[in-house]
This record gives sequence, C-alpha cells and structure tokens, in this order.
Amino acid sequence: MQLDQIDRQIINSLQEGFPITEQPYAEVAEQLSLSENELIARLERLLADRVLTRFGPMFQAEKLGGAFTLVAMSVREDDFERVAEIVNSFPEVAHNYEREHHFNMWFVVATDDPKRIDAVLTEIELDSGYSCYNMPKQDEYFVKLKLVV
Amino acid sequence: MQAIKPKDTAMLDETDRRLILTTQEGLPLAPKPYAAVAQELGISAEEVMQRLQRMLNTGIIRRIAAVPNHYQLGYTANAMSVWNVPDESIEKLGKRIGALEFVSHCYRRPRHLPAWPYNLFAMVHATSRDEALEKVAEIARLLGENNRGHDILFSRRILKKTGMRLIS
Repeated sequence: MQLDQIDRQIINSLQEGFPITEQPYAEVAEQLSLSENELIARLERLLADRVLTRFGPMFQAEKLGGAFTLVAMSVREDDFERVAEIVNSFPEVAHNYEREHHFNMWFVVATDDPKRIDAVLTEIELDSGYSCYNMPKQDEYFVKLKLVV
Repeated sequence: MQAIKPKDTAMLDETDRRLILTTQEGLPLAPKPYAAVAQELGISAEEVMQRLQRMLNTGIIRRIAAVPNHYQLGYTANAMSVWNVPDESIEKLGKRIGALEFVSHCYRRPRHLPAWPYNLFAMVHATSRDEALEKVAEIARLLGENNRGHDILFSRRILKKTGMRLIS
C-alpha cells in the first residue's frame, strides 16, 4: 500500500498517544489540518490494510495479573518442524519465531496464571526432548515502538 | 519474572475489567469513541474517560495509541541484539540504549552460563540487514568497554503469532 504524506503524519502522531476527550478524533484532526471525517476514514483504511495492527489502549499485562516469559531453544535442523509443532500446540505460546542462531527457536509464553509458566515449559521439554532456556524480563528500560515514517 | 503486585489488580473492579475487554481489540472509529464504549457498557462517557485516565495514570494502560506493522512500513530487518554487560552498570546502560530511536524494546534478562552469556536485549528495527548491522555497531560504540560480547539474531520465519488476550 502506498502511503502519502498525510498517512505518515497520522501514523507518527498516533504512535505518540491519543487524547481522552469527548471528541478526540476532531482534536487530532485539527492538529494535522484534516477534517475529523478524513482522519477516521484514513485510520479505517490503515487498519484494514494492516499498516496499523491495532489502535486503542495498550495494556500492561503484568499489571493485570498475567505473566510472560521469553524462551529460547536450540533445535536440530532436521527436527525443527516437529518441535515447532509441539511448541505451537500450546495455547499459552503467543509468538514463536525462527531465528538465525544456534538458539534457533524463540517463543513467548503468556498466561493469566503465573504458575502455569513452569508447567508449560516442563511439558514442552518432555514432549520435545530439548531444554527450554527461560529468559523472563527482569527489568525494562524503555518500551516505545516508534517508527518514524 | 517480575513480581505481580496484587494491589495493581485489586484496583480493578468489574467495570474496569469489562472496559478492558471492550477496548482491547481497539477503540471505535466513531467521532465520540468513549461514548460508544460507554453505551456498550451501560455507563456514562464521563465514567469511561475517568476510568481510562486512571488506568493511564497508574500504568495499567501504557498509552492509547496506534501500533504500526513493521513490515508494511518497510522495516523488514528486525534484529534481536543481545549484549553481555556488567550487572552493576546494566540499568544505566539499558536506559541509554532504550532511548535510541531505532530501539523499540530493551530488557534485562537472565544469563544461562555457559551457553548464553547475554543479559541485555535490544530490538533493533531497520529497513535492511546492512542498516540493522550498522545500528548494532552504533550500540557497540555507545557501550564501549562495557560491551563484553554481543550477538545479533535476525528472524528467519514467524512460526506462530496470535493476539495476546489480556483477560478472557
């Protein structure tokens, strides 16, 4: 999808934040010298075309009582698909990426119940025959996905 | 794993939970989005705004914002850079790296010696692999002698990506 200058301004502006006021779109539109209707129509298009994956409140899951962790595995190439299938079969596995490294499988486990994390990792180790390297976040220095476009 | 502080969740009542469920997929694209949410919940727009503002103030909501799709925006080279830095300086160094414009996430995570000596993770977004390598070199320069080893892991394939529902 081709983005014009106005699309870029909208994307840059809305990554920063969105006001909590009665007519927030009108407020943002005015800052961008657009009409409220045009802003809403462009946002609809950016979301429909998946240029934006989401628009709304971003909740901090840990504060809602959930638990997350990042896990690495080093899987033999000829065994990779089998292990990927096992890992992906767990509903608690939210993301799973293949990466170019000796540690070639990286996945995120997300649960409502923090006690489930260890259980899931143990089950994955037993089913796959590979070790899970649990790398939970110990501190967070800055999280702000800001891609200037 | 970060400790879950019970007081954070205790602050949420049933209406907050319904508000989260209603908005976690996104905000309505209507001129009065909070009034639209309010109507669905059977409360006033004023109350929706107050509750969202309170969750924003307490950090339960990081911010209300748009999340771009890296790939669609041309940021096709997404690299996980990992660093071995002295534990005693990690907070100071992590904050400096996290402040870089091209770094989206910067976390401290445990080492697993000897296989995994790295304790600092920084996600780097770039439009090409060369540009990502350049940005990683910039982090290395910034760390100087605090860099006791680093590696860069490019993603090869997404094996699974499902939306993370916060409360079901």
